Amino acid sequence: MTAKYAAVKPKRVKMRGENVTVFYGNKQALHGVTLDIAANKVTALIGPSGCGKSTFLRCLNRMNDTIEGARVEGVITLDGEDIYAPDIDVVELRARVGMVFQRPNPFPKSIYDNVAYGPRIHGLTKNRAELDEIVEKSLKSAGLFDEVKDRLHDAGTGLSGGQQQRLCIARAIAVSPEVILMDEPCSALDPIATARIEELIDDLRKNYTIAIVTHSMQQAARVSQYTAMFHLGSLVEMGETKIIFTSPKERRTQDYITGRFG
Amino acid sequence: MSALGVAYIIIVFGLAGFFACRARARLLEQRGQKMHSLPLYYGWWAFFVTSAPALLFLLIWTISSDLYLERRAFSHLAAQNAAAQNAASAVAGVAASGAAPAQSAGFGLEKAVLSDLVKNLPALGGNIADYAQASYASVRKKLLTAKNIALVENGRNYMLPLAVEWLETRRILQKTGGAAAIILAAFAFVGSFYYVRPAFRARNKVERVIISTLFLASLLAIATTIGIVLSMLFQTVHFFESVSPRAFFFGTVWDPRFSTAAGEAGATGRFGLVPLLAGTLYIALVAMIVAVPVGLFAAIYMAEYASPGLRSVIKPLLEILAGIPTIVYGFFALMTIGPFLRDISAALAGGQSFIQAQSVLTAGLVMGIMLIPFVSSLSDDIITAVPRALRDGSYGLGATQSETVKKVVLPAALPGIVAALLLAASRAIGETMIVVLAAGVAANISFNPFAPMTTITVKIVNQLTGDLEFDSPQTLVAFALGMTLFVLTLLMNIFALYIVRKYREHYE
Ligand SMILES: Nc1ncnc2c1ncn2[C@@H]1O[C@H](COP(=O)(O)OP(=O)(O)OP(=O)(O)O)[C@@H](O)[C@H]1O
Ligand SMILES: [Mg+2]
Repeated sequence: MTAKYAAVKPKRVKMRGENVTVFYGNKQALHGVTLDIAANKVTALIGPSGCGKSTFLRCLNRMNDTIEGARVEGVITLDGEDIYAPDIDVVELRARVGMVFQRPNPFPKSIYDNVAYGPRIHGLTKNRAELDEIVEKSLKSAGLFDEVKDRLHDAGTGLSGGQQQRLCIARAIAVSPEVILMDEPCSALDPIATARIEELIDDLRKNYTIAIVTHSMQQAARVSQYTAMFHLGSLVEMGETKIIFTSPKERRTQDYITGRFG
Repeated sequence: MSALGVAYIIIVFGLAGFFACRARARLLEQRGQKMHSLPLYYGWWAFFVTSAPALLFLLIWTISSDLYLERRAFSHLAAQNAAAQNAASAVAGVAASGAAPAQSAGFGLEKAVLSDLVKNLPALGGNIADYAQASYASVRKKLLTAKNIALVENGRNYMLPLAVEWLETRRILQKTGGAAAIILAAFAFVGSFYYVRPAFRARNKVERVIISTLFLASLLAIATTIGIVLSMLFQTVHFFESVSPRAFFFGTVWDPRFSTAAGEAGATGRFGLVPLLAGTLYIALVAMIVAVPVGLFAAIYMAEYASPGLRSVIKPLLEILAGIPTIVYGFFALMTIGPFLRDISAALAGGQSFIQAQSVLTAGLVMGIMLIPFVSSLSDDIITAVPRALRDGSYGLGATQSETVKKVVLPAALPGIVAALLLAASRAIGETMIVVLAAGVAANISFNPFAPMTTITVKIVNQLTGDLEFDSPQTLVAFALGMTLFVLTLLMNIFALYIVRKYREHYE
């Protein structure tokens, strides 16, 4: 289980999972996955349905804690620090490692309040002007500002699906996380909205580290620098995206990428 | 044969139609015909065609013949009654100078006596026609000794021929109607074979029948509601003929008894709604002050924090609390809470208790306890229905659980919760038993929660128990009160629905 990722040595590792094993009740969903997430890069997690991509992603900001009966073993570090250590504040961790979900899930609040939610609960701003600034900056980085600047106080649920997803990304950016996790962020979107989000991901890479789960091979090839292939709860192989897509070492990766199973 | 017996026969015809047509459809299928629907549907259609028209005919026939008989008998009775009156006044030597005393005051009673006689006469058995010439007293005695049925004493002899005629005609009409219905069913049974052919869309027809049945059921519910409202409305209008709406809606004194004593209709202030409305709203307010925080907090705990095991224990327990009859709560208030509050206030004040055993506080407190499970159970369902994705979104941004509940879950659930609270409030307003026992029946206007007050519902019960005269304002005021209450709770329910509708889109 060990050496498969060693083929690539990313220059700077932001997060590292070592021998990560996850149980849901008695059911084992991950079998000792060891995987690095490179800093300021996009890492794509691919693999057939049910292979544990989302499970691994949720381990990275401990969202699995909110699931009844989920149990995580192994070591996961953020900047070398064990995030499952007893003295780690989960709430703080999640502010550093943000998450964007498969389906857009804006709160039933105004667009402004959606983005301001994180800064408010973390007390990131001292006054309204600072908050306004954060909201505007986040909406701009999510590429949504121009579309909504005249209706910041309308309901966030009134936006289109693609806009809602960008709102969720803006919401995640607003707390200035170091890592952004995205679980199939485009699966509910049309090709144009998808293209916009992909562009956005490429932009965000300059300031953030990104891990993205996707079922689209093209998307993985377009947006990511590293790709990790999962199968049946194990990591099959991991490497630079261009290498994985052109000359994978593993037969299963080859088959999956060319659409022969999955 | 009774109408019920005829109905059974019709249904037997219907079943026969079902089996026959289903069998025939199967046969046709076996012969290689391509039937439109499954044989079962031809069967059901035959059942419907055979039984429904005949049953409908029977129903209408029975109801209208009863109405006809009653009318006829009553008009004969009126004639007899008038003749008897005339004779009586002639004997008494009073000048019956043309003025027809068409219907004396006792005529309504006579109608009731006759109806009662008709109801009980068949119990004697034998040939009913024999009793046409008997005296009322002898028939009454016979019924009393043989069947232990007591009729009123002051019936008239001329009622007996009327009763006998009524019963005899009814028998004939029933026979004719029953026979006609059965013949109708028999014809329909034969005719239903016509429908068993490949091109006939039995399946679609049966679907129509099912939809109509469901529609009729909902129509019945609505019609009943409208009926109730209308009957209340008529009596209310009647009430306002003797008491002005102004005196009712703005009167501050509730003292219905005096107006008859004084004999002056519409004396201002005596049917004043204000003290009752004030009591109703005050007690409901206290109840909500108790029930809302406790119920809501319990709901939040159950929905967000309790482990599934704990939740599966707490929730049914709370729902048991909701199943306790309100009279038991009233009892609890009367025996436990009331005296407890009185004693504790006595201890606090050093001797003189400032909370009376029956008080707004006692009633409100106990009513609040009654409403807790109502509020918590509804709110729990609503909070649980908030999508998990919203919570995940909040946790994913680094919010704690209580921040998530306060800032995301509750706002998302708020419209539903408000609607639940309005439903709880309309229950509080309609509650009677607890108030009778815990707050008393004294109609006061006061802001002192430690004093007794009473509510609209209690006064409705009050006005409708005991000796009744259905045309005095004392009784009719109950309908005006009921109408007021109905409108009040209706408005609250409409408002609740409006809120739910308006904000539902938030959930997606
Ligand atoms: N909450 C849960 N409770 C129990 N089992 C779960 C839970 N979530 C996931 N699993 C199981 O864990 C395994 C991995 O699931 P996971 O959601 O990580 O797959 P995935 O790779 O994201 O699949 P997909 O591409 O379909 O989203 C699956 O077998 C799934 O049934
Ligand atoms: Mg998944």
